[in-house]
Parts: sequence; C-alpha cells; structure tokens
Amino acid sequence: MDTVFGVEFDGGVILASDQTNARSILTYQTNLDKITELSSHSAMGISGPNADLVNFSEYISKNLALYELSNDGLKLSPHAQANFCRGELATALRKGPYQVNIMLGGYDTVKGEASLYWMDYLAALAKVNYGAQGYASSFCLSIMDRDWKEGLTCDEAVGIVEKCIKELQVRFLIAQPNFIIKVVDKDGVRTLKFGADPADN
Amino acid sequence: MARRYDSSTTTFSPEGRLHQVEYAIEAINNAGTCVGILAKDGVVMASEKKVTSSLLAPAKSSEKTYKLCQHAACNVAGLTADANILIDQARLRAGRYAYQYCEAIPVEQLVEHVCNYKQAYTQYGGLRPFGVAFLFAGYDTHYGFQLYQSDPSGNYSGWKATVIGANNQAGKSFLKNEYGAKKEDEDEKMKGCEE
Repeated sequence: MDTVFGVEFDGGVILASDQTNARSILTYQTNLDKITELSSHSAMGISGPNADLVNFSEYISKNLALYELSNDGLKLSPHAQANFCRGELATALRKGPYQVNIMLGGYDTVKGEASLYWMDYLAALAKVNYGAQGYASSFCLSIMDRDWKEGLTCDEAVGIVEKCIKELQVRFLIAQPNFIIKVVDKDGVRTLKFGADPADN
Repeated sequence: MARRYDSSTTTFSPEGRLHQVEYAIEAINNAGTCVGILAKDGVVMASEKKVTSSLLAPAKSSEKTYKLCQHAACNVAGLTADANILIDQARLRAGRYAYQYCEAIPVEQLVEHVCNYKQAYTQYGGLRPFGVAFLFAGYDTHYGFQLYQSDPSGNYSGWKATVIGANNQAGKSFLKNEYGAKKEDEDEKMKGCEE
C-alpha cells in the first residue's frame, strides 16, 4: 500500500513516499510525512503500520543522536547507520518484529559521497543506486532501470522520481494523491516538494 | 596515617585519595618500560624485554605488545595476568562494534571502553583494581594516528610521546626535551629512551 522509493544521483539521494495514512477501508490522513530525518545528513523513508513506523524511526534517530553526544560530535557514516538499523531489525525479528520496509538515504560528509540502502522487514540490507519498497516496485523499477545512469544531476533524479509518481497515479489501483519528495546531499536533508503540507493539523 | 583507608578499593581517604589505585600504579612502576611516540605517519612503540630466567622457553608471542583489531594495538606494563583480561575486553568491544556498525571502532572509543571497565573496580565490587597501564596506538579516519595512555584508575589521555613502567619519569623528561626538536629521528629518540 505504502509507496517508498529512492534514487541516487551524483552528490546525493532523492527519497520519495506517498502521504496516505490508511487502514482497512478508512483513510486517517493524507498529509503524513513518511520520510524521517535520522541525522543531519541521512533520512529514512518507511512503509508499514504507523505505530512501527514512528516507533522504529524514533528509536533509531534517538540512538544516533546519543552516539553523537557520547562521542564528542562524531557522526556515524550512512554505511554504519544502515548496518546499525539492520542489526536492530534483525535482533527484534525473533522477539517482537518491526513490520517496516525502508529506503535509507545518506550523504557521507567525510568521504563526500552519497549512498542509498534498501532494507526490508526481515532485516535484509542492500546498497542500491535506486530502489522501491512494496507494490511501487512493480511500477517504478522498470522506469528506473531504463532511465538511471551514473552521474545524474539532482534535477535529472527528481525527473525520474516524478515519472515514477505519475506512473503510480495512473496505473496503481490504490489512489495516492499526495507524495512528498526529499533530497539528502552535502547540505543536509530538505523537502523539495509535497502534495499536502505535513504541518497542517 | 593511610592505614585505615588503604585496604578497601572503594573508600576515599580523608585526603580524598584512593590508596588502592595508587598502590596499583606503584606496582606498574616496577614493570618493564614501554615507550610510545606519535609521528605524523604512524605510531612507534617499544618495550623492554625482561629476561627473568634462562630456563624460560622462548616466547612465541610478545608479552608486551598485543593486537586489538586491524587498526589498533597496545603495549602493557604491569601484571600480565590482569592485562589479559583487559585485552580480551578490548578485542571483544572492537569486534562487537564492527558487528553492529560494519565499521572500524574509533580508537578513542575503544580506549574509553577499557577504561570504563577499569573504573568499575575503583568504585564497586570490593575487588582490587587492575595492576596494568596501557599504551594504546591506533588509526581511524576521524583523528588519524593516535597514542593513548591509561592507568588503573580508568583515566586516559592522548599523548604525542609518553613512557610507562620502570623509569617512566626519566623517560618522560627525556621526551619532553627531544620531541619536536628533530621529528624525523624517531629511532634516535627510541634509543635515547631505552637508555
């Protein structure tokens, strides 16, 4: 149901997700922001039940903040963050699993490179150039397969993302009128576009 | 004067001292010397090899230098048996960090972990402190090459050059004069220290 996907470009990552919060036959909200900022230069697009989404993302982001406080401002690289995240999912898997599927995008300020990770609820982790979680993968991967190339600019990557969104809105059974798009690059995490303002209450 | 307050590790004396910790440091001052010097492209460490008996089988491995992980090692001065416990702790910590983050542990975090472990023996449990001082040397992408010294109290600090074990005071004064004078001649300084 949830759409979460991401595309890496030269110097950053675009993350996109739909903004619908629904269960069974009810739509609770249409302006949910499913892409949470993990640290200054990383963010996670999460699909799954809202409880797990919030619980897991807050658990990870607060632990990352604790690391920075405990270690004199030292930041964990996106690679380390992704592996930490995966480790937590793996540990919880045979106790009380988080039913979350994730696209984690980050910019490593030390190495000066971006990275995107695909992670599913079984704690499988893969570093990818582009990826999608859920039903969205059936619609978006073929577009990304064709259009992605090494050395994309931010605008070109956003172009691919918008192509994917259009495809979903035409062909996906479940109507997802609103999408939120964020970019992670050397300047941090910022929102590029949204269908509905998450701050609206 | 110190008699009443020196047998329990976890009690302060009226002067605000932990005598057991100080006695542990004394024990190390009788141990084989270790020198560590930080250079811009590495860390050099040297230790005194004490030959106690000609009957001793030739050692297959060092009783002074230990590898903790791919990017860090330490030199020991003091009770070898105590050191073994702490080296196990350090290796476990480095391994567990790599397991959790798939990355090399920053050297200072490794040192701090060992030191926190030592500190516990100065505050609870009623067990004596570890009679070991360490020189930790390592490399990470955050601070490059680093040299740390730690003692039984659980305190640690980063050094450009330092000495532990027997004659460490004399060694440190020597280094104070020599370090920075002619940075290229690390070997010369090492030799000077050994004397």
